[in-house]
Amino acid sequence: MPTAILSQETIDSQITDTAVPALAKLKQAGWEQFQQTPMPKRTMERWRFANLQHVTLEGYSIPAAPSADLQKIILDKSNLLSEISARLVFADGYLIGTDSLPSELAAKGVILAPLSEAAQKHPKLLEKYLLKSGTELGGDKFLALHQAYLSSGYVLYVPKGVEIEKPVVIYNWAVSAGAAIFPHTLIVAEDNARVSVVDFYLSFDETSPALATSAADIHAGAGAGVFRKSVQNWNEASQSYQIDTTHAEQDSTITSVSVNLGAKRARFESAIQINGTAANVRLYGLTVADRDQEFDQRTLQVHNAPGATSDLLYKNALLDQARTIFSGMIRVAPDAQKTDAYQTNRNLLLSPEAEANSLPGLEIEANDVKCSHGATTGQLDTSELFYMLARGIPKETAYELLVFGFFEEIIEKVDNEELAETLRNFVQDKFRRRETKLSVS
Amino acid sequence: MSNTISEHDTDVLADDTTSAAIDIDREKGNFHYKEDYAYDAGIGLSPEVIDYVTKVKGEPEWVREFRHKALKIFESKPLPTHWATRDLETINFDEIRYYLAKGQKPSRTWEEVPDDVKETFERLGIPEQERRFLAGVEAQFDSESAYSRMKEELTKQGVIFVNPTEGLKEHADVFRKYFGKVIPAGDNKFAALNSAVFSGGSFIYVPKGVKVAQPLQAYFRINAENFGQFERTLIIADEGAEVTYMEGCTAPKFETATLHSAVVELVALKGAKIQYITVQNWSNNVFNLVTKRGVAEEGAEIRWIDCNIGSRLTMKYPGVVLKGQHSRGEVISIALASDGQHQDTGAKMIHAASNTTSNIVSKSISVGQGRATYRGQVTIPKAFSHCKNNTECDALLINTNSRTDTYPAITVRGANNSTQHEASVSKVSAEQIFYMQQRGLSEGEAMSLAVNGFINDLVKEFPMEYSVELKRLIELEMEGSVG
Repeated sequence: MPTAILSQETIDSQITDTAVPALAKLKQAGWEQFQQTPMPKRTMERWRFANLQHVTLEGYSIPAAPSADLQKIILDKSNLLSEISARLVFADGYLIGTDSLPSELAAKGVILAPLSEAAQKHPKLLEKYLLKSGTELGGDKFLALHQAYLSSGYVLYVPKGVEIEKPVVIYNWAVSAGAAIFPHTLIVAEDNARVSVVDFYLSFDETSPALATSAADIHAGAGAGVFRKSVQNWNEASQSYQIDTTHAEQDSTITSVSVNLGAKRARFESAIQINGTAANVRLYGLTVADRDQEFDQRTLQVHNAPGATSDLLYKNALLDQARTIFSGMIRVAPDAQKTDAYQTNRNLLLSPEAEANSLPGLEIEANDVKCSHGATTGQLDTSELFYMLARGIPKETAYELLVFGFFEEIIEKVDNEELAETLRNFVQDKFRRRETKLSVS
Repeated sequence: MSNTISEHDTDVLADDTTSAAIDIDREKGNFHYKEDYAYDAGIGLSPEVIDYVTKVKGEPEWVREFRHKALKIFESKPLPTHWATRDLETINFDEIRYYLAKGQKPSRTWEEVPDDVKETFERLGIPEQERRFLAGVEAQFDSESAYSRMKEELTKQGVIFVNPTEGLKEHADVFRKYFGKVIPAGDNKFAALNSAVFSGGSFIYVPKGVKVAQPLQAYFRINAENFGQFERTLIIADEGAEVTYMEGCTAPKFETATLHSAVVELVALKGAKIQYITVQNWSNNVFNLVTKRGVAEEGAEIRWIDCNIGSRLTMKYPGVVLKGQHSRGEVISIALASDGQHQDTGAKMIHAASNTTSNIVSKSISVGQGRATYRGQVTIPKAFSHCKNNTECDALLINTNSRTDTYPAITVRGANNSTQHEASVSKVSAEQIFYMQQRGLSEGEAMSLAVNGFINDLVKEFPMEYSVELKRLIELEMEGSVG
């Protein structure tokens, strides 16, 4: 069976294998869109400052399912959080493990299902929500590819007024070398529903290169509360393209924490569409970039309705020759009076070779608004370092404390001590692998 | 991001009824003389036009080659609409007169200036007394300098203040060394256009250690329909020299769009200081697409003080290349965008040495359907340390349909460099207006006072006569903008 993702035969056989006609049609449309859309170019404003040298779709294939032994190991590793309400584990795009929702939630009408199952059992839900958002942040080529090869992924549906206390946790593993995977997240929280989701994006080993093209669509109905945490820690041989879109209705509360640690080259697009009055959106990002990693983050906060609040804080720490790009935009439509929208980007340069690019943007078409953005790039505060040294804390320890203090502001936002600890460990692992110690200038 | 708004722009521009309602008093510039030009290169742009211009101006061969090369670059470069407004597409480059002149040499004495030109100056309101205080006046009438005068002591100090044609002929050594070096013809499409057809503008050289006490001043005028001005200004401040240059403009109203595309190059050698002040008040049909950049050598300082009130579309991002250690760059910018106007302004700071600092303060006011855009670039490449940038952009939106955008780009590498960027958008608070109304001010007066308060700290940076004029212009602009 052909598996190279760029070959027509591969997509043809994938579409033929798709049991649900609506899904097959969607994939076909995605493939056509993919073929029509050009690869990113330097001159494209949405790819400004991006190093396109490592952006390539060549050489990746649809992987085979991991062996039973491997599946067992992966499942064992998929236990980073213990207090959960449900769990799905995908490896190379195959669903290898499910901890179903408690029966009382299922009885209330909560649905948690892989896409293939949802397509058969809940076609109307998919018809209404699946891949309807698109992207205007530049990743349309990758989103089209994602649509064409849509297979792994899940739907989480929370009916009106239903609250899920413990997080729903999804593990997406990249396993074999050259694997192309397409994780998909679709969360629909109806009016006054409440849910918390953690998406993990992880590699089985440190060396197998993968191409991960992920997409998430989040819909929060009136008064709904959605707390979404995404943890990207692919290995540094991989490429990652992640395209997230969130729709916020009236009085909804959205909190999003995105932690980006992995991949050689990671692009993260996050668009928030506020369509209801008085919605409250908080967006947090933490990136730790080392070696020759490049993190390319593009965000968009669209206020289409009055009286809503959105607040973004993205923090990037850079080591070695790493590069980061933060490009954020707040767009306030003419009718969105009484908007409060903020955007802050803080870049911490821990190496003279690292490069931080910041493009904080505003497009404001309403006058009765409070909007601001701030972007700073700099080093650790020497007076803070001095304070610690004066109290007898060794230089290296003081340095590490300050760096981790910088991360902590975001880490604590996950509001889950177990997850916070997991994140701290991920970051520490990243520092531990480094051959050279942090230098104190 | 910007190309999606073009439809909005066209809507704005189509709406003349609203613009009439709160338009400012540009009547003083709203007059027109019979066109009586000794030299006219005709309409449109071609290699022949360039040969003609070169011949009429009696320029040397290297200038002719420079112009031809630039024309090729202009033709090969697309309009930058992938980031800029698509309003640029409405410029018909084939309908523009690229050169016309009075055909006379720059005058030295007031008596030699033709009467109709003098009349224009009178209408512009440049009082005779004021000229006495000016170190030298280089007034531009259409594309050629009609009048220039310098005080004797300036000449004695060795200060050169002429138009670029005279500069490249009489002072070839120093002119050629720097001309087109700060802004090469290929820098952008409009810089290429200017390089191909430039005429008029100023060439200034201030010798070592000379501090010019009074600002050098130039007035620019456009006075022919379909005719674009392509001034070229080059200012060189030699080691330790100091100079302030002021550029101000008004233009008569015309039926069809007018293109203005200037290039201004500043060179501040070791320890020199250059301050360049602009008040731009073209009429609402002018496309004002300007490239301004300075190079600051060791310990030098370049300040751009820029105020944009007029024009249909202004695209201007004054920049400083901080080439020498301890050099300093600054951009102070005020923009006022009313109905049918798009002020797309900003600043560029390129840190090309260690220990360099730059500061950008930009304040914009959008009135009615006006649109103000800040676009900025700050670059600190690696291998340099202890560079600092501070950027502040504040936008004030007056009406519910006013618009503002901010598009900064900041790149930082290296050790011990730091940048800080802040932007805010706000409106005049209802409480402020209420408070002032309680004390007997009308709503309009209160609004104009609040707006003047918003930009007051920047207006102070302008010389007195400019700041008075600025405040008045803003008051007029605010009239009828509320209620």
